[in-house]
Amino acid sequence: MEMVVALAIGVLAASGIWLLLRPRTFQVIIGMSLLSYAVNLFIFSMGRLKVDSPPILDGATDLSRLADPVPQSLVLTAIVIGFATTALFLVVIIATRGMTGTDHVDGQERDS
Amino acid sequence: MSRSLVLAVILLLPFVGSLCAAMLPRNARNGAATLAGAFALATAVLAATLYGDVSDGGVVRAGLAWLPQWGLSLSLRLDGLAWVFTLLVSGVGTLVVFYARYYMSPADPVPRFFSFLLAFMGAMLGIVLSGNLIQLAVFWELTSFTSFMLIAYWYHRGEARRGAGMSLTVTAAGGLCLLAAVLLIGEIVGSYELDDLLAAGDTVRTHAWYPTLLVLLLIGAFTKSAQFPFHFWLPHAMAAPTPVSAYLHSATMVKAGVFLLARLWPVLSGTDLWFTLVCGAGLITLLLGAVAALFQRDIKGVLAYSTISHLGLVTLLLGMNSALALIAAVFHMMNHATFKASLFMAAGIVDHESGTRNLKRLGGLAAVMPITATLATVAAAAMAGVPLMNGFLSKEMFFAETIFASANPWLRFGLPSVATLAGVFSVAYSLRLVHRTFFGPMSQNLPREPHDPTRWMLAPSALLVAACLLVGIFPARTIGPFLDGAARAVLGSDMPGYSLAVWHGLTLPLIMSVVALIGGTLLYLLLYRRRDGALAPAPFSKPLDGKRSFDVSMVVLMRTADRLLNTFSTRRLQPQLALIVLAAVAVTTYTIWHQRALAHSIVSTPLNPTFALLWVVGGACAIGAAMQAKFHRLAALIMTGGAGLITCLTFAWFSAPDLALTQVSVEVVTTVLLVLGLRWLPKRLESEEPDRGTWSRARVRRMRDAVLAVIGGTGLAAIAYVIMTRPRTPGIAEYFLTNALPEGGGRNVVNVILVDFRGFDTLGEITVVGIVALAVYKLLRRFRPAPESMPLPRAQLADGDGFSPVPSGDSLPRGTMRVPAVLGRLLLPVAGVISVFFLLRGHNAPGGGFVGGLVLATGFIVQYMVSGTLWIESRMNIHPQYAIALGLLCAAGAGVAAWLLPGNFLTSLEWHAALPLLGEVHLSSTLLFDLGVYLLVVGGSTLILIALAHQSLRSYRRPVETSSTHVRPAAPGEGSQ
Repeated sequence: MEMVVALAIGVLAASGIWLLLRPRTFQVIIGMSLLSYAVNLFIFSMGRLKVDSPPILDGATDLSRLADPVPQSLVLTAIVIGFATTALFLVVIIATRGMTGTDHVDGQERDS
Repeated sequence: MSRSLVLAVILLLPFVGSLCAAMLPRNARNGAATLAGAFALATAVLAATLYGDVSDGGVVRAGLAWLPQWGLSLSLRLDGLAWVFTLLVSGVGTLVVFYARYYMSPADPVPRFFSFLLAFMGAMLGIVLSGNLIQLAVFWELTSFTSFMLIAYWYHRGEARRGAGMSLTVTAAGGLCLLAAVLLIGEIVGSYELDDLLAAGDTVRTHAWYPTLLVLLLIGAFTKSAQFPFHFWLPHAMAAPTPVSAYLHSATMVKAGVFLLARLWPVLSGTDLWFTLVCGAGLITLLLGAVAALFQRDIKGVLAYSTISHLGLVTLLLGMNSALALIAAVFHMMNHATFKASLFMAAGIVDHESGTRNLKRLGGLAAVMPITATLATVAAAAMAGVPLMNGFLSKEMFFAETIFASANPWLRFGLPSVATLAGVFSVAYSLRLVHRTFFGPMSQNLPREPHDPTRWMLAPSALLVAACLLVGIFPARTIGPFLDGAARAVLGSDMPGYSLAVWHGLTLPLIMSVVALIGGTLLYLLLYRRRDGALAPAPFSKPLDGKRSFDVSMVVLMRTADRLLNTFSTRRLQPQLALIVLAAVAVTTYTIWHQRALAHSIVSTPLNPTFALLWVVGGACAIGAAMQAKFHRLAALIMTGGAGLITCLTFAWFSAPDLALTQVSVEVVTTVLLVLGLRWLPKRLESEEPDRGTWSRARVRRMRDAVLAVIGGTGLAAIAYVIMTRPRTPGIAEYFLTNALPEGGGRNVVNVILVDFRGFDTLGEITVVGIVALAVYKLLRRFRPAPESMPLPRAQLADGDGFSPVPSGDSLPRGTMRVPAVLGRLLLPVAGVISVFFLLRGHNAPGGGFVGGLVLATGFIVQYMVSGTLWIESRMNIHPQYAIALGLLCAAGAGVAAWLLPGNFLTSLEWHAALPLLGEVHLSSTLLFDLGVYLLVVGGSTLILIALAHQSLRSYRRPVETSSTHVRPAAPGEGSQ
């Protein structure tokens, strides 16, 4: 399972980085989304993978068996902030497009 | 009021006054002047009441520890020296405010002027009263900034902007040197407190860093006090309104440098280096200023150079390493402030009434402005050092000091001769100033008909002149005690004997004074006769003028900066991002390289084929999105959503139900958001691919980026794999797991961390969400979409436009969305119930404010999507801004509530009770906090999405200017309306 999650992180990150370096704003915003999945999964995986033991205290389970709640709470806020960032980025993209007439990340097409 | 409190109020009053003045309307001439005058006068009166505490060598202190472990605290200290300067700053400040009321034109926005003037006064008092050196440096820079504002007050004039810029550059750069010197002192002494420093003079003087710190400190003091070679900014600062010059360039700002030298005199003086540097600069400045002043055309130019010269005199005295010279220096600082301020005021009056300050055009004004002429003549006599004036006394002390300064034969005779020579020039320029302005043939063709101004405009100048005379005639009875207190504050118990008297007998200093008076008169007569007082440029003004070198160095600095920027930076985003990725890879590689070997025990969970299959799909989605994002945006968006859903399932699989819930609701909202945004992006078709040459260059770039992406991805995967397969070392998780129930009162540990243990972080995060939502709203209001995306999309045209107002009788929107509309409307209450359910159970089971808020926001969005913006807004009042505000209030309120009990911010309060019917009730302030999160997330997400939805509405209803040619295509559906 660890291998699968690691590969998943790798593929998401590689796709994200690739898109991040592309010239069109929409590519970059999709790249940011993919990269944030990868990073969220990465942080989450730092708590190690545990099945069927959510960090919810039922009084019966041994505490050491529960999943690590710290990366989970970090990722939870990261997801919400990620949404806010995406929204802001999208609006900046739309505004740039309206003002410059292009969707190139530099606000102007390359001269070459 | 306690003494310390009075001291704090003295410093605060000008700043409070500055804020009040800034809020007055533009034309509140009298209001602003009265307010500023009242604040300045109150400061002066308060300062005067403290005299009893410092007159006998006492010190009043006030302090507030801020970062005591780093030696940073707010510390005020008032002793005799500081008291004299406090009174000088606030007293002359009051007079200048009074004068400025009549000087400034009704067209000037005076509240701004008085606001800056008071802020400057506060900054100056801050320097004078600082008991901490870092604090002193901060106020030092503050005077530079406020004086910049004052000099550039008439910012429509180019010379004002240039003069202000030059003075700011020079003095602020000097301030940085001062800060460096202060840091060195702090390292040596081990404290930044002035008291500790004054007690550690020997340590500082013998330390190896003494020369460095002295040079740095002197650069700071010399730039501020316009000493050679930094004197050039002062004449250019004369572009300021005259009240500013009267205040800043006579009594206060330029005195800051010499004040600092006097303040630190017990610590730094007494060495040969001090003597050489300080005396050298003072001597050159004294002569240079005196000579240049004789050749100025502008009255204010004469006064500026004479100020430079007098400050040189003070610096020279301070450099002499003699206690008597220090007393003379302090005395001359006070005297110079009085006569120079009144002379500046007279210059302003002449300018105001006659319309010019050009000495070549002026003349004979005594006949029409007798009072002004009398006042100016007396003040100029004080400046020249005529007996029975205060200037005479301190100048005589100066002459006396030069005689005994050194045993070195060069200095023994050289210094008195140079001092007398400077005295000669000083008499000559004072004479010339008065004679050419007020006497001689009456000037013709002046821009205005000159006459004495209103009595009130003369009053401040008259008061200062009266002070000159009183001090000059009865020195021991008027200024004596104050001077004694100021000198005692610096010298402590080693006060030398000195006598303040007009007549000391026929002494050598008296003879020097007489020589200066006669010589100066002869010199003026000579110049006046020979060249009709010709206004040639001053001798050696060219090589000694710092302005040119200043300009040259500024240009060189700018060019170098430009060149560096062009070489090392780019405005293009792609190389920047590539560099960031590269740097991340490099730093990680470096860190791992130096990492010790990891334990080899490998933990792993057995592979589940379903999960593997899920990620085959997820990976395909990610790669597909990467490939399609350029030409098939919608497809890329859907595939991104797919990858997001698999991520969400992964969270659920590995025991993170909260994450899974949040991720799935965010996924929905994000996708809706991006779909709404798609419309505003330009069309991009694969057939528009560029020619072959561009294509091959693009191919190289793509290869490079692909390599970078693969390296990044592989690296991240490898690190993740290595860490995941090693056993976890105990961290902070155990603490949270153990204490969540007893201290946080909740079973869902993730939620307890968010709303309780790390509640302050969450408060910050939801604030960010709120700010982003408002920013999005505001940005979109300013923005007009590109003209070519104006026409309605085909689908909406076929629908008969979803935007035109719907008759209120219609129960459902028109067009093809009727069935979804019914379903969507049924969904809203369900979404509401589910969201509240998630909110309430969040503390003990998966859920919480974030998830609940997103669910409700989704409910609202669905309404917009199925019914159209206009239709839904004619039937529902949705005000997400209120939800944002209320949410923040709730969350912050839950934090503040803890203060009711003696608890820290955001400590959770709990309340248990057994109520009839409801049974046992458990309430906790964390629920209120989570409610805040909930409301804010609802408000934030809804506001963002609605703002985007309105975008199409606005563009449709109000076409932009450029699209006046745009004719909305006739739609088939329109006929049916």
